[in-house]
Amino acid sequence: MTKDKARYKREFDIIVIGAGHAGCEAGLVCARMGMKTAMFCTDIESVAMMPCNPSIGGTGKGHLVREIDALGGEMGLNIDKTFIQSKMLNTSKGPAVHSLRAQADKKRYHEEMLKTINAQDRISLIEDEVTELIFTENSEISKDNNNNHNITAKNQQMKVGGVRTANGEEYSCRALIICTGTFLGGKIFIGDNVKISGPSGLRPSTSLGVQLRKLGFPIRRFKTGTPARMHKDTLDYDLMTEQKGDKKIVPFSFMNEDKDYDKEQISCWLSYTNEETHQIIRDNIEKSAMYSGNIVGVGPRYCPSIEDKVARFADRKRHQLFVEPEGLDTDLMYIQGMSSSLPEDVQHAFYATIKGLEHAEILSPAYAIEYDCVDPLSLKPSLESKMMDGLFCAGQFNGSSGYEEAAAQGLIAGINAVRKLKHKDPLILRRDQAYIGVLIDDLVTKGTNEPYRIMTSRAEYRLLLRQDNADRRLTGIGYEMGSVSEDRYQRYLEKKAKVDVEVERLKAQRVDIQTFRNFLIKHEALPLKHDEEAFERKTAEISETANQTFADILRRPAISYSDLAEIDDETRPALSANEAAETEVMLKYDGYIQKQINEVEKLQSLENKKLSEHLDYKSIGGLRLEARQKLSDIRPVTVGQASRISGVSPADINVLLVYLEKEMRSK
Amino acid sequence: MAETITAISTAPGEGGIGVVRVSGAESENIMRKLMKNCPEEIKPRYAYFGKVVADSKNASSEVIDEAIFLLMKSPASYTGEDMLEIQAHGSNVSLKKILAAILDSGTNGIRMAEPGEFTKLAFLNGKMDLSQAEAVIDIIKAKTDLSLEIAEGQREGRLSENIKTIREQLLDILAEMAVDIDYPDEDYNDSLEAHSDTVIDLKRVLDDVKTLLDTVSIGKIAREGIRTVIVGKPNAGKSSLMNAILGEGRVIVTDIPGTTRDTVEESATLGGIPIVLIDTAGLRESDDKVEKIGIERTAHAIESADIVILVLDGSHPLDEEDEQVLTYLEKMSADHILTVINKKDLGKSVNETELNERLPGVRMITTSLVGKGALEAAHKVSDAIGEMFELSSIRVKEMNIVTNERHIKMLKNAVTDLDDAIAMLQNGEPIEVAELSAHYAYDSLGAIIGEEVGDEVLDTVFSKFCLGK
Repeated sequence: MTKDKARYKREFDIIVIGAGHAGCEAGLVCARMGMKTAMFCTDIESVAMMPCNPSIGGTGKGHLVREIDALGGEMGLNIDKTFIQSKMLNTSKGPAVHSLRAQADKKRYHEEMLKTINAQDRISLIEDEVTELIFTENSEISKDNNNNHNITAKNQQMKVGGVRTANGEEYSCRALIICTGTFLGGKIFIGDNVKISGPSGLRPSTSLGVQLRKLGFPIRRFKTGTPARMHKDTLDYDLMTEQKGDKKIVPFSFMNEDKDYDKEQISCWLSYTNEETHQIIRDNIEKSAMYSGNIVGVGPRYCPSIEDKVARFADRKRHQLFVEPEGLDTDLMYIQGMSSSLPEDVQHAFYATIKGLEHAEILSPAYAIEYDCVDPLSLKPSLESKMMDGLFCAGQFNGSSGYEEAAAQGLIAGINAVRKLKHKDPLILRRDQAYIGVLIDDLVTKGTNEPYRIMTSRAEYRLLLRQDNADRRLTGIGYEMGSVSEDRYQRYLEKKAKVDVEVERLKAQRVDIQTFRNFLIKHEALPLKHDEEAFERKTAEISETANQTFADILRRPAISYSDLAEIDDETRPALSANEAAETEVMLKYDGYIQKQINEVEKLQSLENKKLSEHLDYKSIGGLRLEARQKLSDIRPVTVGQASRISGVSPADINVLLVYLEKEMRSK
Repeated sequence: MAETITAISTAPGEGGIGVVRVSGAESENIMRKLMKNCPEEIKPRYAYFGKVVADSKNASSEVIDEAIFLLMKSPASYTGEDMLEIQAHGSNVSLKKILAAILDSGTNGIRMAEPGEFTKLAFLNGKMDLSQAEAVIDIIKAKTDLSLEIAEGQREGRLSENIKTIREQLLDILAEMAVDIDYPDEDYNDSLEAHSDTVIDLKRVLDDVKTLLDTVSIGKIAREGIRTVIVGKPNAGKSSLMNAILGEGRVIVTDIPGTTRDTVEESATLGGIPIVLIDTAGLRESDDKVEKIGIERTAHAIESADIVILVLDGSHPLDEEDEQVLTYLEKMSADHILTVINKKDLGKSVNETELNERLPGVRMITTSLVGKGALEAAHKVSDAIGEMFELSSIRVKEMNIVTNERHIKMLKNAVTDLDDAIAMLQNGEPIEVAELSAHYAYDSLGAIIGEEVGDEVLDTVFSKFCLGK
């Protein structure tokens, strides 16, 4: 294709709009995979900015960070450089739901990411607002359309060409990734005070949303909120409960697994609302922007504002809140769990009823923010738009919420934009492969009516998608894609081999029967010593137990991998903590893991059945009307994906299977 | 390549007419090949009477039978494909010959239909949906008023309502577990106490599922009838009793021992409940090969019986042969045995007290299986069966009775998974592992009402169809 060289100020392979968590991952991976890449942001301040909570990770989200890292993304490395507290959640439960969460130094998180971007070859960070997409009519597709009368106008009749900016410049590209976060059409609400603004008072992006609507993109309004920030010296810490970090710090990144983190951690603080707080909120609830009807956007159910909590859960006497530092050299304390769109004076009144916050100085009030986002049902599983060829979308723009969800999509959108330019099949992670797969499949298949947050409960194969095996699940794939460095890949292979060898050894090796029984008596019977009868019973039972392999012994609930060292001979290898943990999980939960793998295999046949992009669902007899409509709109890639669309019933899936079978037979 | 399938569609055994069906593109050609003097132009859905031959073009081809030929054109047929029905005389021999002629006709892609394949095709070609298909199975199988009533209840959705309620309870538990796992910071506490609540809740769900499963035996009786096996030494009067119950003389009764060499099955109805009566060979040690096979079948029949009626010759003391039968019965539960002491008229030699000791708690009827006595005995036996199965207490209209094999399997899966989940929580295994089992149970229950469907559901459903419907 010939281009008018004079027209464009600069030419790129890929342009990323936005430099938040999605934008950074997208931009970096494109550049790392060899593309000449530009990242546009309205303000350099917004690069990897954390406009809401000062933490990365948590249940499900921590898993996402591990996966991003395993695929060669940046988030894990960046938080490891900048955390000020680290905590492994859910340690009282099984390894599948252990979740890492770290408090970040927001300012340093931004600075470190900026350094990484500046140090990366082939990437240009441009501070300018993209106001318009430049596109062409897609001749290839329109030709195709003549043969497929049923295909709606949605089908990529446009093709990206570049962007126009507020400074009046034009830049060309072959692929484009929109990661506008809450900046697009951003509107901030504090009581009845409404302001056109991006997050944290930064300049929003207003024109692009107008153009997208005009072009027919299904743009919607979503809402999210953030609580007040308080001056750290005005809080009474004696009245709150201290929440310390873990003694032993586990890093997010695989690349830092061997490092010892011996740094001082900053505490968070726990306090509670009370009846007085709730009364003030109830008395003023009509002044909330959410309740006055000012906000049309839909907010998330799982992260409600305090007025929502009080109204919807009236029987609860108190709600907890966490006071979290935003960094080392800042006065800002973040009041987690207390987002609100009530007027400032009401905020002052109710915050002051809370233990520890009685004399707090509010540095910035809580606010709600409403923004433009696209209906993710208009996206393919590759995150490419079904409407415009070469346009990829990621992050909050796709209706998700959270830094981690955004970063995960940014990374995948980036990888797939590159693959598109290289004429390769997109990377589509399956639901049994990664939380990233669950996240994207949920978005593009089921859609969402509220900002979407990942949760471990959303995954069918939770036992397979552990944070301890993210590298095993994804690093090989990332290497094949070109997003994983040689260094990381070699280290991964080394670790994998060590664990595999150890697992095999434990499966094969035994100790002599007497040593084995003595070991069991020590670990299983002796702890029962206080109950003579139970002790006798257990001892008798052990004396009858036949000899077992180390792997079998490890499956006994009371025994850990480190316990085995007592009876293991000198062939026991020296493993790192992570290698040991992975070995233990692989053997201890082998039965359950196998059960899940069987489930996956049972459903695999549906995932393997491909559906053509141009399939005419209206011509398939037996499909119910609703199913026909949904299938035509969403255009699932596999029967498995089709089966997850709401409104498509099992009977419809059977009709589809029949159709495919017939097609195949007739060939 | 398109296939054409064929099968005998009527039940095996002698009958007035028998039907051989063909489905597929070659149906018309097969009609031309098999019908002697087939008209040039065949009108679809029109009955042609003619002679069936292996090859109509060959004048010397032997006539197999006379039959009505019915051709249906796609899509106006049961399967949605072209179909041919040959309605011949119901003799097994001629039907098999017709089938062989079709299979040997040299037609492209002709083969025997798999069990349920005609209905599967009907489903696949959009002639019926899955729930209709399942309803078809039950209607085919509903031999009695009672099972029709159950099927009726199912169609009205009473079972679905019940399952939905159970699922809602389970969903609440799953939601709680999800909160526990996904919101560890929240104020809902993750103490052992909380888990013991979950155990109590799960046990409640388990009880509900088990209650449903308990109705399976009633459902099985309703569908398959009470399998009543009549045993006793040769000539004790088994066949007389059976005939009396059936009210007809189909089984030949003679004085020569061992006449009934094989088991003979007959169906009857008792107050709306079907009973299957099985007359057996004796359990006498025998050298006769044929009789030996009969004895093995008897032993098998006893194992699969809902009730065993032991017929004793009351005119003689218990002998070695009776002993042998008794040894079999001693292993069974007394609620499933009924003793009939025959030949009251010839004087009583069997010691009832002794018999009571051998088979404690077993009901006993003393009678003479001759003339009016036989009819009286049949009444007594019927009443006893009614009481043993508490037939009067079965109130189908108010109960959710599970009859469908697939439903039973899903309920059993749910029980296993719920048991697992409870055991895991009690043993202190990780909650997310227990949650998984609870979730499997939820999916199994969902599969009953069609909320979840995988390939295997279809396969199971269609293998339940008898050949050619």
